[in-house]
Amino acid sequence: MSEVTAPMAGKIIDVKVEVGDTVNEDDELVILEAMKMEMPIVAPTSGTVKEMRCKKGDSVGADEILVVIE
Amino acid sequence: MLDMVLTTGFMHLTVGNLVMWLIAFVFIYLAISKNYEPLLLVPIGFGILIVNLPVTSLMKEGEGLLWIFYHYGLEWEVIPPLIFLGLGAMTDFGPMIANPKTLILGAGAQFGVYVAFFGALILGFTIPEACSIGIIGGADGPTTIFTTVHLAPHLLGTTAVAAYSYMSLIPIIQPPIMRLLTTEKERKIVMKQLRPVSKREKILFPLVTVVVVCLIVPASAPLMAMFMLGNLFKECGVVKRLSDVAANELMNIVTILLGISIGGTMSVEHFLKPNVIFVFIMGLVAFAFSTAAGILLAKIMNIFAREKVNPLIGSAGVSAVPMAARVSQLMGSKADPKNFLLMHAMGPNVAGVIGTVVAAGVFIALAGR
Repeated sequence: MSEVTAPMAGKIIDVKVEVGDTVNEDDELVILEAMKMEMPIVAPTSGTVKEMRCKKGDSVGADEILVVIE
Repeated sequence: MLDMVLTTGFMHLTVGNLVMWLIAFVFIYLAISKNYEPLLLVPIGFGILIVNLPVTSLMKEGEGLLWIFYHYGLEWEVIPPLIFLGLGAMTDFGPMIANPKTLILGAGAQFGVYVAFFGALILGFTIPEACSIGIIGGADGPTTIFTTVHLAPHLLGTTAVAAYSYMSLIPIIQPPIMRLLTTEKERKIVMKQLRPVSKREKILFPLVTVVVVCLIVPASAPLMAMFMLGNLFKECGVVKRLSDVAANELMNIVTILLGISIGGTMSVEHFLKPNVIFVFIMGLVAFAFSTAAGILLAKIMNIFAREKVNPLIGSAGVSAVPMAARVSQLMGSKADPKNFLLMHAMGPNVAGVIGTVVAAGVFIALAGR
């Protein structure tokens, strides 16, 4: 199981996957906006999205878990 | 009837005026269509347009409207320090406090300032002029303006426009230099998450910095003091109203006055001179060398450091907050989409602002009137 965390504080401006989706390594999971810059958060490994801990519009802190991949 | 016609501007228009109008329209076009530094290029472009309308006397000493803005705003050194107050209220020094090594990168990235200084001297500029041209490499508009007003006010429009132009071109200027000086492996270096910085550290930082820097380089005091006061407003948490005003309303007001004053200095007789092109060339040289120096310094640090830094964050030492840090992030994520350099790059980025202010203070102290 792999927990994908926010690399820095920011706002989730887009969510690209849903629970149950199969993802490959480096697939985009969510888009984080910080300092007026959009940064895709990618899957660290291939697997299935087990849990979404964030939704579009959420403000997240650094190290906060965003997605759980199994 | 003839007398009335002679009093109109039409009878006094020159080719030079028309060229300056064209430059004004290009600035306004770039701001509106390309979104290049619109907050500055719109008022600067408009200032250029109106100061080059003949017989308006807008820059006439002692009475012209733009002269009044320029004299009391820039010559009296009011506007640049107020901009620094706002910048301080918007700046988070956390990444630099968490990783103080980045201070070295911010200082090292001032190398281009000195390269351009000597380059300008070789091209025949005077020492004060060379200082004003060199400081363009710091990629910091208000500091460039502050230095130029002190040392070579006749170059103000040129150095200010060069600084802001190159800042908006950072995403174009820096990446080729970054690619050239780093290997794929270096670009993939993942830096570990920065430690959290306590509120106490953030409050102490501006207090300690203003004392230390102003004792070492007293001439940097107007900018450094306002920069750190703005940051103290932000970090202390008890004067949110002041912090908000400094970062928003006040910043916006002084930006208008700054832009139109700079535009006002760009009349045909001051701007259309052969040496203007050299100022722009040396400004670009300064930017390129500063970028390269930051990257190379990071690589040298990696020879000795246990925890490697990604050399891409070195280029962010050229202040230009946060554009240069964004470029580091973009280049890093291109090499490895799982690599996030933005906050790491903010360390040298904000350190670069301090470095440029110090360089300006040294220049003013050594070459000042």
